[in-house]
Amino acid sequence: MTQVLERLGFQVDFPPAQTCCGQPAFNSGYPAEAGTVARHFLETFRGAEYIVVPSGSCTSMISHHYTDIFAGDEKMLALARGVAPRVWEFSRFLIEVAGVDDVGARFDGVVTYHDSCHALRELGIKDGPRKLLAKVKGLTLREMEAAEECCGFGGTFSVKFPEVSGGMARTKIDSILKTEAGTVVSIDSSCLMQLQGVIDRAGLPIRTAHLAEILAGT
Amino acid sequence: MTGEPSETIQQTLSDARLQLAIYSATNRLMTHRAGAVGPDLLPEYQELRNDANQLKKHTIDHLDYYLELFERNVIAYGGKVVYCTDSQEVADFVLSLAKQRGAHLIVKSKSMTTEEIHFNERLEKHQLEAVETDLGEYILQLAHQRPYHIVAPALHLTRYDVAEIFSKNLGVENEVVIEKQTRIARVALREKFLRADIGVTGANFLVADSGAVVVVENEGNARLTSSAPKIHIAVAGIEKLIPRAQDLGVFLTLLGRSATGQPLTVYTSFLSGPRRSGEIDGPDEFYVVLLDNGRTKLLADPEKRQSLYCIRCGACLNHCPVYRKIGGHNYPWVYSGPIGAIITPQFHGVLKDPWLPFASSLCGACAEVCPVNIEIPKLLLKLRSEVTDAQRREGQGGMERWAFGIWAWVMTHPRIYLMLARMGGLFAPMLPKVGLLGKWASQREIPKVAKTSFHQWWRERK
Repeated sequence: MTQVLERLGFQVDFPPAQTCCGQPAFNSGYPAEAGTVARHFLETFRGAEYIVVPSGSCTSMISHHYTDIFAGDEKMLALARGVAPRVWEFSRFLIEVAGVDDVGARFDGVVTYHDSCHALRELGIKDGPRKLLAKVKGLTLREMEAAEECCGFGGTFSVKFPEVSGGMARTKIDSILKTEAGTVVSIDSSCLMQLQGVIDRAGLPIRTAHLAEILAGT
Repeated sequence: MTGEPSETIQQTLSDARLQLAIYSATNRLMTHRAGAVGPDLLPEYQELRNDANQLKKHTIDHLDYYLELFERNVIAYGGKVVYCTDSQEVADFVLSLAKQRGAHLIVKSKSMTTEEIHFNERLEKHQLEAVETDLGEYILQLAHQRPYHIVAPALHLTRYDVAEIFSKNLGVENEVVIEKQTRIARVALREKFLRADIGVTGANFLVADSGAVVVVENEGNARLTSSAPKIHIAVAGIEKLIPRAQDLGVFLTLLGRSATGQPLTVYTSFLSGPRRSGEIDGPDEFYVVLLDNGRTKLLADPEKRQSLYCIRCGACLNHCPVYRKIGGHNYPWVYSGPIGAIITPQFHGVLKDPWLPFASSLCGACAEVCPVNIEIPKLLLKLRSEVTDAQRREGQGGMERWAFGIWAWVMTHPRIYLMLARMGGLFAPMLPKVGLLGKWASQREIPKVAKTSFHQWWRERK
């Protein structure tokens, strides 16, 4: 992501104190603990002009759910509301802020794109990543049938209901296999971790890659 | 997680025939719905959803007013309204009416509300026979099962299952041709319709300004149920109200399409009052039982109150990847899928089935297709935090809370976080696969960690 942004002429900073957006606790029913971590996030990124996030799910947590966490705390609410419009999911930043869909990348092979749920349904990101992939030289984008179906990760859901979660991933992978793509691309690493884990367990010849990884290739 | 029926979930997951039945049925419903709400056929779909949401919001926010208006209009058309707090009161009312009229046989059309209160079982105890007349519900009644799905109750059964159920219970030959199975049920049920003393239906909508009960269906059995016997009783939850007859233009457009992809169901019955003089059919007596059974509890929370907007189309079940894996019977109540996961804890208390709001990947497919725009994932999150709060008050779930406390501390101490992340990367492959790691590894490989962390790479390039 850094390489792509710098290639496009952006100055990238990486605040080393950053850790997590707080989503694992929030989604597990611990909004207070999530709030502690969210506060750390807001302090760490204070003053950043654009906060570019390589994850739809983290982006949505910051831009959509921080206001739920801090409901009733006017000071934190104001801070969260101020940061929300400056938080950008990576592909959306490229399309809407940088105004590019061709980042000059090259990738030889057939890929299929997995819509991660929060990017798709909470942020409405669907065409952007596909436009970016379509402009990559040597790359063939082949849609799978169940592109919009969940990979089954769901944070702690993956360990609270491992068999259901694993079953969901296997159904998703069946759909990926039908495209005969060698690579499945997403904008959320957590989906990719889930899918790669199940792919490796089954010994399948598919690789997962984050969109940034593909766009960084030349 | 603890508390979920893990054994039967496992059985469902490993039953290839059942998985195929669930998948193909939900797939068909999803495909039909997608076609029916497509922008070429229904360009105003999103506006309709907003309208439906606002109409329901308005009605639920002013429920007392619309209940009274509805009651006045039912009475004006010669019907009666019976308010019932719970299942016992419904049973008491029906039993006493049956006794007064000398009734022995009840025919019923499909109704989730009567499933909710175990209507049939309660009446059976008093030698009052209640026969389900919807084909799916009839099959389930013979098999002593509860509905698998809000709209398609026997979705999990194949025609071979039905053949077995029929031959065992009706003394017919093993018949696997679906049309012939339908004929068998039709013959058996026709005889019941002719003998029935009371017809019990549910209600899809209660129209306040006209005192009408609206019932949608595809088999014609609800129309027979409400018109052939001398007495018609409609049993409905109080949340089924809508203000005006003209609002049906919104709701009927959405309901059939969302449920089965039908622009309208085959039958839509508008029932107000008993048969009037000069009319050739209809019952002599018309009752609407308005059931609370916990619904007023849901009104208390201004955010979760939206759970009462549900029009029971079942679209959230069809689109839910969890429902599609675990099926309907692993949910603790008759309402399964995402809508079940948000209403069950509110009706029964969050500690009764604490696992339920957590049995979701929060993918949001349910909210995307909900015709009345219920924010299901948001309510699941709210219920999750209510579960952990309730557990704290009860002195339960200490381990997890402690773990998240430590986690939050680490995440606000970047140096410790980095050190642990580095150690995790080095040692994870060597750790014994127990606890959470074991749960992860039961399905998947542990992710490989990059040789150089991003932090390290960033520092070194400077």
